[in-house]
Amino acid sequence: MDSRTGAGDPKITLSELAHAPAAVRRIVAHPYLAVRGIARGNLPSPWDIVAFAMLFGTLILISVGTSQFGAPLSALEKTPVDLSLWALPYYALRTTVRMGAAMILSLIFSIAYAGLAAKSKRAERIMIPILDILQSVPVLGFLTFLVPFFLGLFPGKVLGAELASVFAIFTAQAWNMAFSVYQSLRTLPPDLVEACKSLRFSPLQRFRRLELPFAMPGLIWNMMMSMSGAWFFVVASEAITVGNQTITLPGVGSYVATAIAEKNLGAIGWAILAMLIVILLYDQLLFRPLIAWGEKFRADNEPGEVEPESWVLRMLQRSRFVITLWQPTETFINRMLRQRKAAAVRADAGLNLPPWTPLAIDILWYGLIVLAAAYGAWTTVRYVGHTLGFAELGHVILLGLATMTRVILLVALASLIWVPIGVAIGLRPRLAAMAQPIAQFLAAFPANLLFPVAVVLIVKFNLNPDIWLSPLMIFGTQWYILFNVVAGASVFPHDLRDAADNLHLRGWLWWKRVMIPGILPYYVTGAMTAAGGCWNASIVSEIVTWGDKHIQAHGLGTYITQATTDGDYPRVVLGVAIMSLFVVSFNRVLWRPLYRSAERLAGVEE
Amino acid sequence: MNDEQKHAAPGEPALTDAVLEVRGVRRAFKRPHGEPLVVLESVNLNLHKGEIIGLLGRSGSGKSTLLRIVAGLIKASDGEVIYRGAPLHGPAEGISMVFQSFALFPWLTVQQNVEAGLEAQGMAADEIREQALRAIDLIGLDGFANAYPRELSGGMRQRVGFARALVMNPSILLMDEPFSALDVLTAETLRTDFLDLWTENKLPIQSVLLVTHNIEEAVFMCDRILVFSANPGRVVAEIKVPFKHPRNRLDPRFRQLVDDIYSRMTVRAATGKATVLSIGERLPEVSTNLMAGLIETLASETYAGRADMPALAQALALEVDELFPLAESLQMLGYAELESGDVHLTPLGQQFALADTQSRKIGFAKQMLTRIPLAAHIKSVLDERPGHRAPSVRFLSELEDYLSDSAAEQTLSAVTMWGRYAELFTYDDAAESFSLDMPEAETV
Repeated sequence: MDSRTGAGDPKITLSELAHAPAAVRRIVAHPYLAVRGIARGNLPSPWDIVAFAMLFGTLILISVGTSQFGAPLSALEKTPVDLSLWALPYYALRTTVRMGAAMILSLIFSIAYAGLAAKSKRAERIMIPILDILQSVPVLGFLTFLVPFFLGLFPGKVLGAELASVFAIFTAQAWNMAFSVYQSLRTLPPDLVEACKSLRFSPLQRFRRLELPFAMPGLIWNMMMSMSGAWFFVVASEAITVGNQTITLPGVGSYVATAIAEKNLGAIGWAILAMLIVILLYDQLLFRPLIAWGEKFRADNEPGEVEPESWVLRMLQRSRFVITLWQPTETFINRMLRQRKAAAVRADAGLNLPPWTPLAIDILWYGLIVLAAAYGAWTTVRYVGHTLGFAELGHVILLGLATMTRVILLVALASLIWVPIGVAIGLRPRLAAMAQPIAQFLAAFPANLLFPVAVVLIVKFNLNPDIWLSPLMIFGTQWYILFNVVAGASVFPHDLRDAADNLHLRGWLWWKRVMIPGILPYYVTGAMTAAGGCWNASIVSEIVTWGDKHIQAHGLGTYITQATTDGDYPRVVLGVAIMSLFVVSFNRVLWRPLYRSAERLAGVEE
Repeated sequence: MNDEQKHAAPGEPALTDAVLEVRGVRRAFKRPHGEPLVVLESVNLNLHKGEIIGLLGRSGSGKSTLLRIVAGLIKASDGEVIYRGAPLHGPAEGISMVFQSFALFPWLTVQQNVEAGLEAQGMAADEIREQALRAIDLIGLDGFANAYPRELSGGMRQRVGFARALVMNPSILLMDEPFSALDVLTAETLRTDFLDLWTENKLPIQSVLLVTHNIEEAVFMCDRILVFSANPGRVVAEIKVPFKHPRNRLDPRFRQLVDDIYSRMTVRAATGKATVLSIGERLPEVSTNLMAGLIETLASETYAGRADMPALAQALALEVDELFPLAESLQMLGYAELESGDVHLTPLGQQFALADTQSRKIGFAKQMLTRIPLAAHIKSVLDERPGHRAPSVRFLSELEDYLSDSAAEQTLSAVTMWGRYAELFTYDDAAESFSLDMPEAETV
């Protein structure tokens, strides 16, 4: 009973959500949506503009600098891609290794970046808007800058190309992990923080005992979601042409690219099969055990709650062999972290600086940032303006609107189809338990492997690309809507359903008053992820090839891809910048406010 | 076996030998305009060996702030704390703390939790384990050493909290409302267990500083009680509790002392019999349901319009933090008077008890407009404005001139709730604004 209102609250509260199955609970908040530090209103804050300018200025400088390094095609080590079935396992392995390397990089980055942003208010002001914009820049847009940069660093060697690919995958994974760690660090339980201070932990101890474990559940979940989402980009980044530079790295992606060039539909079939197996293995051997292990760190577990299980984890935990191996590592870590002397932790430690110091540092810091942003903005405008002119800008914005229309229509269509199905599944627990892993699996599968099939059909039946290429964009991302809605429906409180039955609410009224407000936060999370995925997918799906035939739709994706192949950097910058602007605006103007209203409707307390 | 043995042995300096001295400690926040917000007024306190001192007061009276200053978790704006001859600069060796919410690391077992503090000091692993197991045994959780906190009940978790604090061999133990998150039975068990260990000298600690809002608990456990009052937080009384352990709650002297303390804590409110409240007066967030409930209870035959607060608290199972705001809101609105630890209904209150819902609302609205300036202010602003609408931030920023941010929010929330009950105005949560547009009344 709530002592304030003197009555039981019938709203869906966070505590009720907390009693939901653990695996479902965490889907409530995409870390980006949960972070409340970014902009109070819907309009861009000055920091967004600053971040935007800095980012694009940097990208331009990189590309301008490295375009000097043009490494000719012949200098690059090229091994022809073998299209036989038996080469596939090796290629799958290479692809997975690339993914793993990128994941390690992402992990280090997110902990470091989020750690800094959480500890320093000054850093936070600029770092979080930068992160926001980074996650809106299409990954494949990044690739355009990374390829020449790394090829330039390691001229003539495959290492450059590999690094470019790894970094591209990194950009697909790191941002939401960083948001998650940031969010965790900002919501540390205050009593535990005080306990650490009172027990006089050193900063490293505190990190190990409090901050890292607390961030673990969110971090692990986001790691796994990142990896799932990254297969798409791995495949896309293994075979691309940037101007006069080509990457063809051994892997599933280049296997498929070669198959497309040789019009070998059978090889593509094998590739799809191989990918299915890889993702299945990844799911069982990595995803589920890690999630199950991460449950140990949940701060709000009640006794007797059902937790996700994994046979792999159980096996590892009970195997004597593994335990014996792990012991020395643990002892080593403990010894490393032990302090020799008690830490002299001061309550509000500080040097005796004159009182105007904070102000001086502020002026210096923000001044520096503003200068950097101004320089970045000037560089961008000059670069683009000189080489292209502002008529081109108008043209690009129109293309952007075309793609945006597609994205909106497709997300709406997918919602109309999958929301009712998702609700129907979610309200039946047994069905939901079966459907969730399938939907997550489908979301992980790189849809670009299926594009050639669609292309073949379009060529065969001479269909209009503008209409028929569009479904490719949503093909891989619609599953996010599905599994989020299933999650939302499965935690919908029983007593509310019973009340609705009792009041004979049916049909549209039931949807409007009962179901939709209840699952809205989940739906928004899913739809936002789906929409973001669509923008990314547009770069590889609006212009597709089959052999020597090119099929393209009118849109921003085509523009960017075309400019990349031509090595036309100013156009790429313009295209990517405009696409990022679209995505950021979408997020600020639509998804975040919608999520906040949804939370308020659902009664989630802040 | 009683606490007299804790006093200084003959020949040693008398109890002027303080283990901890708090000298003129004060905590205040600068505000952008206006007076600084004082959370804790200047406090002086000497903690001696063998003493349990209680810091008793309602929430917002600064007692937790004082405890945290002694714990080294926050810094005093003025004054200093002297411990072992030197001023305190941060969490000190020899001072350990037990938390209200237990503050256990959920991902560590009981034993790992208890060992955590010793690990941070760089002791050898064997010694750490031995000491931890001894502490776990002392507080009676032997056998639970490898359990995780989520497998334990509240009482057991708090025992782990005690073990973690005690294993550090502190001379001073600080306790921040250690039993208030537990149910009545468990809290009582833990209290008596603690006192048994204390009186039998089984604990390594020499003195205890206990923060609580439970008056009975303070009288049950402490040798000296410092009574705090709120806004600003300051010590209004220091009371010695001369009873020997184990103490009997039913002892008339015990009950007398409890009653005494109730009166002292309501002294400020009682002197304000007909005070005119300022517009920035902090309003307690009490629901109109509760107010109506209390008025009806007081008007019933059991009390016949007048009740002794300690008895009322016990009968209704209300804590000080719940009863005091409730009684004060009644006083603010003119439905009751508080004096010397008693609540009694005014004639207006009697009327309210007998009236039907509509008349109650009308009467309530009248009381709000005459006695609560903030309500009258909101109404007049709404009357003046052409659209009869006003955003809540407008009033919030006005209140923030007088109160802290959270107090301002609470006050606005309270006046919104009361105003809606009285049908003085409505509030739109989505738009965050007040308005006079009432939904049309049904024509019956």
